[in-house]
Amino acid sequence: MNAPWSAYLVCLRGLLWREALRFFHQRERFASALVRPLIWLLIFATGFRSVLGVSIIPPYQTYITYETYIIPGLVGMIQLFNGMQSSLSMVYDRETGNMRLLLTSPFPRSYLLLCKLIAGAFVSLLQVAAFLAIAELFVVDLPPIGYLAVVPVLLVTGLMLGALGLLLSSAIRQLENFAGVMNFVIFPMFFLSSALYPLWRMKESSDLMFALCTLNPFTYVVESIRFALYLDSNLVANTVVIAALGVFFGLSVYGYDPRTNIIQRRGRG
Amino acid sequence: MDNEKGIEIRDLSYAYGSKLALEDITVTVRKSRFTALLGPNGAGKSTLVALLSGLFLPKAGSIEVCGHNMAVQPRLALSRMGIVFQAQTLDLDLSVQQNMGYFASLHGLHGRAVRARIDACLDRMDLASRRTDRVRELNSGHRRRLEIARALLHQPRVMLLDEATVGLDVPSRTGIVEHVHRLCTEQGLAVLWASHLVDEVWADDDLIVLHEGRVRAAGPVTDVVSECCAGGVLDAFNRLTAGSSNADSPARGEAV
Repeated sequence: MNAPWSAYLVCLRGLLWREALRFFHQRERFASALVRPLIWLLIFATGFRSVLGVSIIPPYQTYITYETYIIPGLVGMIQLFNGMQSSLSMVYDRETGNMRLLLTSPFPRSYLLLCKLIAGAFVSLLQVAAFLAIAELFVVDLPPIGYLAVVPVLLVTGLMLGALGLLLSSAIRQLENFAGVMNFVIFPMFFLSSALYPLWRMKESSDLMFALCTLNPFTYVVESIRFALYLDSNLVANTVVIAALGVFFGLSVYGYDPRTNIIQRRGRG
Repeated sequence: MDNEKGIEIRDLSYAYGSKLALEDITVTVRKSRFTALLGPNGAGKSTLVALLSGLFLPKAGSIEVCGHNMAVQPRLALSRMGIVFQAQTLDLDLSVQQNMGYFASLHGLHGRAVRARIDACLDRMDLASRRTDRVRELNSGHRRRLEIARALLHQPRVMLLDEATVGLDVPSRTGIVEHVHRLCTEQGLAVLWASHLVDEVWADDDLIVLHEGRVRAAGPVTDVVSECCAGGVLDAFNRLTAGSSNADSPARGEAV
């Protein structure tokens, strides 16, 4: 099929529309996506405000509260959970047979997966916007332009974490195994990053932990978001995020290639 | 260019690891014909459907859909194929119309013409009055009809249906079988109907009997029955699949 470019856009629009409809239908998913970071912000950060000191580190130019420090990490957390949620729904779709509809579309499979990623990143943007609006009301004071400046970065970080979810979905054989992902992917990624504490603090405590944090792509997601929120740019973080997006997406396309037969690994037709 | 043959399968083989699931399958599904693919459970029907729909890649052999080689031009082949899988592939939280719209977008279709086509497909399957209902609210028979309506939306030349009547009551089953037969005669579709229910095969259909991954017989029903010196499709099926290691009897349902 030599589809005109407009047909590709129709396909993208259809997947975006479906993902948005699913998101609005699943109100619990929206609520939990908001409640999780708000608990961290309103309870955890308040409790730890006096325990954890944050020195002046880029991009900050003055002392900041701990609540302000963890905002980029919590935004990253929303996107991380959203990426894993997408992964879960891909595994679920595969188990129920829904995935076949997508994979038998005449569009190139890599394009279909990219559309899924874009749709997921779009949904995570909605979640992040709602979270930042609530955070702004209560505790946080960010530069107003920062909210706009962070949008393109959030799109890329959302794509990268979505691609990670996609990659995991190609590796997870059964829905029941998803709990393992929570323990072995989400929590280590979140805690071994600069989401909750600056890396220099981690380095003071353990060189090994610091090294692991610097190897963790989620650290660079958080830093990309942090710098963008303050109208700054972290070249290293942005580069790592884009490179990780390329690697994760490339591996996902491989995982969903008929030659590697993800559907076959699940069951015989 | 589309050719007269719906599906041409040549020397097709497939294995799950070291276990051979399909071996040297060579069959043709003709235009305007209802071709029943009969086989007991585990015969390889769903594997064949997965290969025909591009979900699996064959280890050997070739598949052509309307003259387009599945390995070389998979997108052209898929754009001419309507598929109803054994497992339901509907989004339960979307309405009937939204499911159709989503499918249309997966084929790059949009606009007023597609909306009219959606209405026509739903009308044809007697689902017009349910278009705003969520799929979750439909019974199994209506869901299957919706899947068939959806599979016809992009005006395919070939239809692939894998155990499309599983779990349905007799009136629903009969209605769907009759409708799909009409699609062959009225729209010239080449239909491959994978099933283990012999009563879904009509006397003037084409028949492929698959057993333990091999084609045991293929051709018009009358030819297959007479070559087996059998009294009917059920008898022919039993003879051709005798000695099954799977020991699965065919479901007879209504008399053929």
